[in-house]
Amino acid sequence: MSVPTTLRYTAHDEWVRQEGDLLVIGITHFAQDALGDIVHVELPEVGDTFAAGAAVAEVESTKATAEIYTPVSGEIVEINEALDGSEELVNTDPYAGGWMFKIRPSDSAGLDSLMDPAAYATKIGA
Amino acid sequence: MAKRTPLFDRHVAAGARIVEFGGFDMPVWYSSLVDEHRCVRQAVGLFDVSHMGEIRVRGPGALAALEWLVSNTVTDMAHGQARYALLCNDRGGVVDDLIVYRVSDDDFLVCVNASNREKDFAWFTANNPRTDATITDEGDLWGQIAIQGPASELVLASLTPSDLGTIAYYHHAPGTVAGIPGCIIARTGYTGSPGFEVFVPADQASALWDALMKAGEPHGIKPIGLGARDTLRMEARMPLYGHELSDDISPTMAKLTRVCKFEKPGSFLGAAAILARKEAGTDTKVLAGALIDGKRVVRDGTRVLKDGVDVGWVTSGTRSPILEKGICMLYVEAGLDAPGTVLQFDLRGSLETGTVVSGAFVKKSAA
Repeated sequence: MSVPTTLRYTAHDEWVRQEGDLLVIGITHFAQDALGDIVHVELPEVGDTFAAGAAVAEVESTKATAEIYTPVSGEIVEINEALDGSEELVNTDPYAGGWMFKIRPSDSAGLDSLMDPAAYATKIGA
Repeated sequence: MAKRTPLFDRHVAAGARIVEFGGFDMPVWYSSLVDEHRCVRQAVGLFDVSHMGEIRVRGPGALAALEWLVSNTVTDMAHGQARYALLCNDRGGVVDDLIVYRVSDDDFLVCVNASNREKDFAWFTANNPRTDATITDEGDLWGQIAIQGPASELVLASLTPSDLGTIAYYHHAPGTVAGIPGCIIARTGYTGSPGFEVFVPADQASALWDALMKAGEPHGIKPIGLGARDTLRMEARMPLYGHELSDDISPTMAKLTRVCKFEKPGSFLGAAAILARKEAGTDTKVLAGALIDGKRVVRDGTRVLKDGVDVGWVTSGTRSPILEKGICMLYVEAGLDAPGTVLQFDLRGSLETGTVVSGAFVKKSAA
């Protein structure tokens, strides 16, 4: 199971990509594989603000529900509307088409706790 | 360490994701739960259900022993018939739900849930009223493979000289399948689609699995994991022990008194406690089914409200791969189980609405 080297990762199996001053967040291949067929993604609304560590979204598979947490405090500036109707993108394209939300961090606290690809690969035994 | 069925190596070879269930390492899905689910509804699927337990009851006193131990009548069963029944405890709760297969006058095979194998065998042994009834745990002697779906009969028929047309629903017959003698072919299942369950000597289970997979190839057969087994039974609204049934939930609550023959001669173990609970009126909740309006999925344990008041809890829930809607089974206050009743479901603080419906979510179609 390959771990993209351009991303950073959380302990809850989210990936984080820096995009200008925004962070793009989704779930890893490992996470989608464990959840199975995704049937719904409950996304936040643009403009919602969250504290670091808060549950921001929910991913529902036929078998389980998983909460998606933000590693930083901030405001949601964009959500992946395509996931409403094309939930399977989280399974088929977790690192690109399956992205979930973009958040504008209000401070950088929390970024230090992210894992680099090597650490994440070790965590999931890849 | 969890036990393995005789088919464990087949699951690993097929790339299954393995989870522990009922004390066994079992495949939860092979690639996609939804694809597997639809394959059973539309074509044919193969399930390893060897984790299920088998208890043999034999001897001159076997019939009398079973009449006491299980809730349904056994005496009027024909040889080759199968019947759903409950084991009931002395608190008005359910030890397990099971199927009794009558092999002959004094020989019965009882199929019980994997998670209850040891509990049930101990219960049977401890409460056996007859010294001339021999109770044996045959769980490790049998493999069990379910073949379910509209094409299941065609596939199975191609591998057996038995005339499957003579085996009616909830009936069974001894037979040879794929050249393996000593099998029991039963027209039973846990999917809401037509199909069979084949009991096979454990050391022949892999050979039977391989033969069925090969014979099913032209029909698009797939191996089906426990995940789809669960969503299929939910669509068919079949109870699962540990969810809709438990040591504390009464058959009255579960609306299963049709399989409790209180009036049979000598009645049955636990009958008095069920009737006493009914008399006392303490069981105010009953089993219902609901369709969920939104896209979120309610699951086991979700609280159910009516106009802000706590009225029950969900026992099983998923998104139906066929209806593409949320479905669930739940216990609610009697009266709120009437079709059309609108209920609220507390999903981590936000409320989703759902509507009570009667009967199976997906109706059984003919083969």
